[in-house]
Amino acid sequence: METVRKVICTTCPRGCHIDVTMDGSEVKSITGFTCKRGEAYARAECTHPVRTLTTTMKISGAALPRIPVKSKTPVPKEKLFDLMKVVNVVTVKAPVKVGDVLLPNACGTGVDIVASRNMPVVTK
Amino acid sequence: MIHSDLVVIGGGPAGMAAAIEAKKNGLNDIIILERDHELGGILQQCIHNGFGLHIFGEELTGPEYAGRFIKEVEDLGIAYRLDTMVLDISSDRVVTAVNHDDGLMKIKAGAVVLAMGCRERTRGALNIPGSRPAGIYTAGSAQRLVNMEGFMPGKEVVILGSGDIGLIMARRLTLEGVKVKMVCELLPYSGGLTRNIVQCLEDFGIPLKLSHTITQVHGKERVVGVTVSEVDDNRRPIPGTDEYVPCDTLLLSVGLIPENELSKSSGIKLDRVTGGPVVNEGMETSTDGVFACGNAVQVHDLVDYVTQESRVAGKSAAQYVLGGDEADTECINTVPGDGVRYVVPQKIRRGRGAKLFFRVTNVYPNVTVVIKHGDKVVYSAKKLKVAPGEMESVELGADKLAGEGGQLNVSLDFGSAKK
Repeated sequence: METVRKVICTTCPRGCHIDVTMDGSEVKSITGFTCKRGEAYARAECTHPVRTLTTTMKISGAALPRIPVKSKTPVPKEKLFDLMKVVNVVTVKAPVKVGDVLLPNACGTGVDIVASRNMPVVTK
Repeated sequence: MIHSDLVVIGGGPAGMAAAIEAKKNGLNDIIILERDHELGGILQQCIHNGFGLHIFGEELTGPEYAGRFIKEVEDLGIAYRLDTMVLDISSDRVVTAVNHDDGLMKIKAGAVVLAMGCRERTRGALNIPGSRPAGIYTAGSAQRLVNMEGFMPGKEVVILGSGDIGLIMARRLTLEGVKVKMVCELLPYSGGLTRNIVQCLEDFGIPLKLSHTITQVHGKERVVGVTVSEVDDNRRPIPGTDEYVPCDTLLLSVGLIPENELSKSSGIKLDRVTGGPVVNEGMETSTDGVFACGNAVQVHDLVDYVTQESRVAGKSAAQYVLGGDEADTECINTVPGDGVRYVVPQKIRRGRGAKLFFRVTNVYPNVTVVIKHGDKVVYSAKKLKVAPGEMESVELGADKLAGEGGQLNVSLDFGSAKK
């Protein structure tokens, strides 16, 4: 059975309204895009939507109790809450440098969770 | 009294870019005064990504973007003081500041750059009726608590305001297990980026109620619920549309105001619409040798534009101190015309070009941006869509603005479309 999913592309500020006609989980046709990136975005949104996860992790020995982290590359959208569970049980120790891998291959996604900033040791 | 060639007030992205650019343009004796315990400004709590596409060609998180500039400040050996509050700037550029280690300081500055950022509008500014229980936060305060201090403001949240901060916090809280019941927006459209509507609300099934507002807060010690009402075209609540929504927390994302208590007290002329100082194309204010940049001048959407604007301020400050900058010259005044709310800079000195930033008054599809110097059209460009939440910018070379003073009118041409 064919359904039409409406997607607003977020790749560039144009925000093209794209219609993706699906038959079950198969893409039948895509219309409304004005560039290749839009077509690719719309296709991915309807088949394997991905998002970059940005959150914080507990850290000990630094000036603040949380350190901002992100997934190095986008992860499957449906894995976001599983990743949050796993990220929230970890406590890292200062010092940490931006880009340090704090949780490799999180939830078997093949994507590392890395630090978004430096956090040196601070003795209070 | 201490002397410094340049005192930069605020160590966020604006202050850092200005200081770095001043250093690169020949000033050595620079000091940044920052009230927080570290440099980076508001970016340190903006842990989401989307920063730096223009400046670095990469999508960075707020802390990563700030980190690039902090590194450059350190590498260039620019001095800074943390946990330092500036109390006053005199009209002859004596900066009074205080911190725990240095005590009270008075610094005579060759030039000053104002980079204090902006603050959030509060419930008091909106006069939301009802009791005054605990559990009401501005979205930015909640963001700081969650992302830096490690506190969760509540468990069941209603958000008022669909600007980007409200949307970002809707997502942030949801990821941390909080139930975000809805986002209410007074206007019939959201002020936030489409990307955020998709990735912060649609992704999580959080309802966005346009043309709705909060008409009452309930609860004695702590919020227990809010009354949400639909509003009409004049933004007045429609009787009979009241809905009680149980919740323990209300987040307000209802506007940002440039931080200018210091500017006011030192007599710097402010623009009533932007809330920031009146500046010329070199980002100089009405007071000699005092420059301003970043959210303190106008609230920006993209930190990349803040960086560009601040580099102009830093370079101008350096040129002012090192001499060789012209004294008061005649200026072209920029004027917001049809469909335009404000234009920055408000003045352009004779013989100079300028990068103009402006915002429109409403969401308009298919318009032409028209800039006229007197009767002469110096710029014209079609836009598929303009919106108040998306700052526009136009670069005008000095050659386009030749001729005596006068006015530069920035307006929208609606063609045959209705206004």
